[in-house]
Amino acid sequence: MTAIDNGIREAAVQQQTQVERTEDNGVLPSRPLGLADHRVYYGALPTPDQLPLGELAAKLGHAGVRGRGGAGFPLYRKLVSVSGAARARRVAPTIVANGCEGEPASHKDKHLLWLAPHLVLDGMVLLGRELRATRAVLAIEAGAPHGKGDLVRRVREAVAERDVRQDGVRVEVVEVPGRFIAGESAALVSTLDGGPGLPTYREDSVRERGVGGTPTLIQNVETVAQVALIARYGADWFRDYGTAAEPGPQLFTVYAGRNRPRVVHAAAGAPLWPLIADAEPIDAVLIGGYHGSWITAPMARHARLSEADLDVPLGAGLIAALPAERCGLAETAHIVRYLALESAGQCGPCLNGLPRIAAALELLADPHHASQRNGLLEDLERWCGMVEGRGLCHHPDGSVRLVRSALIVFRTEIAAHRAGLCTGGDRRPLLPAPAPAREYAAH
Amino acid sequence: MRTNPSPELAVDWAGCKGHGLCAELLPDHITLDDWGYPIVSAGPVSAAAAKRARRAVADCPALALKLKAPAAGR
Repeated sequence: MTAIDNGIREAAVQQQTQVERTEDNGVLPSRPLGLADHRVYYGALPTPDQLPLGELAAKLGHAGVRGRGGAGFPLYRKLVSVSGAARARRVAPTIVANGCEGEPASHKDKHLLWLAPHLVLDGMVLLGRELRATRAVLAIEAGAPHGKGDLVRRVREAVAERDVRQDGVRVEVVEVPGRFIAGESAALVSTLDGGPGLPTYREDSVRERGVGGTPTLIQNVETVAQVALIARYGADWFRDYGTAAEPGPQLFTVYAGRNRPRVVHAAAGAPLWPLIADAEPIDAVLIGGYHGSWITAPMARHARLSEADLDVPLGAGLIAALPAERCGLAETAHIVRYLALESAGQCGPCLNGLPRIAAALELLADPHHASQRNGLLEDLERWCGMVEGRGLCHHPDGSVRLVRSALIVFRTEIAAHRAGLCTGGDRRPLLPAPAPAREYAAH
Repeated sequence: MRTNPSPELAVDWAGCKGHGLCAELLPDHITLDDWGYPIVSAGPVSAAAAKRARRAVADCPALALKLKAPAAGR
């Protein structure tokens, strides 16, 4: 052990005493942890003797964990239906930890995998044992861009550090193309089965028939990491964070003003404003992700960070403050154009509707056009209705949610644009929207 | 699943190419949107339309119209 290693270890030990106790202490370490440091920081992984079959599921049910990938589905219910399907058909299930963070503005999953890959791997081992899964796949964005280095390599190194015999579960790392919808469950199953990675029509849910036809549990990597924490510290520890309806520590990606986006740890019920106060004056805040919702600045100033209080889903955990000098319509048009280009192009309503919605928003975002074109809002409302709920995945639904929230939150700006004015001087996009990759271009 | 007495209509959106045949056979349950894709009314197929619904499913040129058990968990 070098002096540096000892230093890390000491810091880790110091922090370990806090990890169960304080509200503001990150559930994540401040630097990447290898397996040895990981065990010091979080404590040893419970053995099968310490956590007999059924006990983990009971803990997770009591903890009330909901998926942190966007949809927020209760983990316990998924677990029960996957194990039920496995038992009924006598087929060993597959578990998939979903690290395909398709949201270009979101970094929390990459941040987690970078700092604490073993927490995700622990969670996979625990879920794998509980479900007696024969396959455990960690899906991760191919060449995932991460500020600090090669994330895929780091994760593969972490997997190689583990003792498969001791774990009882062998984790496969699979690289998935970094597309917005690549992490959607049916698209992910398609990729893992060697298909094109697009959503498919399914008679049964992937919980019934997923990867290779087996009952498949797909959970976001943050949710899987929460499993590893709950197994160690208990459901009550988890419930000490957040509110009764939205328990647990959560990761958020925060954009506040000129600062680079950062990943923070927060819990439902905390005030939202301190996270974004740096960005003052603020025009609006985007909550959840590109499938999320805009809320107004006054709302953000007084609301607490919870779905109940904000009345919008926290989704994939994006919190992006739009500074007052920016135009919310231009920002939304920029995001929706990206979403339209990210459509897999399989489903007629999405293929036809999203580009029209994007084009209408671009006209609305330009005061010169907005003041001369009538019927833009009516077109938008009609197309939103025609797109919503009419696809194989929720890409159209989420895109419509964003558009509808923009039409409400930016209504004063819409009126200004229709009068030929824009109150936001800076029309450069705030949030990233990478150019589409070539794979879907053929559609 | 087709043995269920009152199934619901579903569309395989990746398969559907907007031929529009279903809307002609089942005007009481299906209309077309601006682009010719079916808008399927929610709920089970009425008894009066059950036979035409099976016909529409069988005749869909893209085999994209489906009958499935009602409110099956997704």
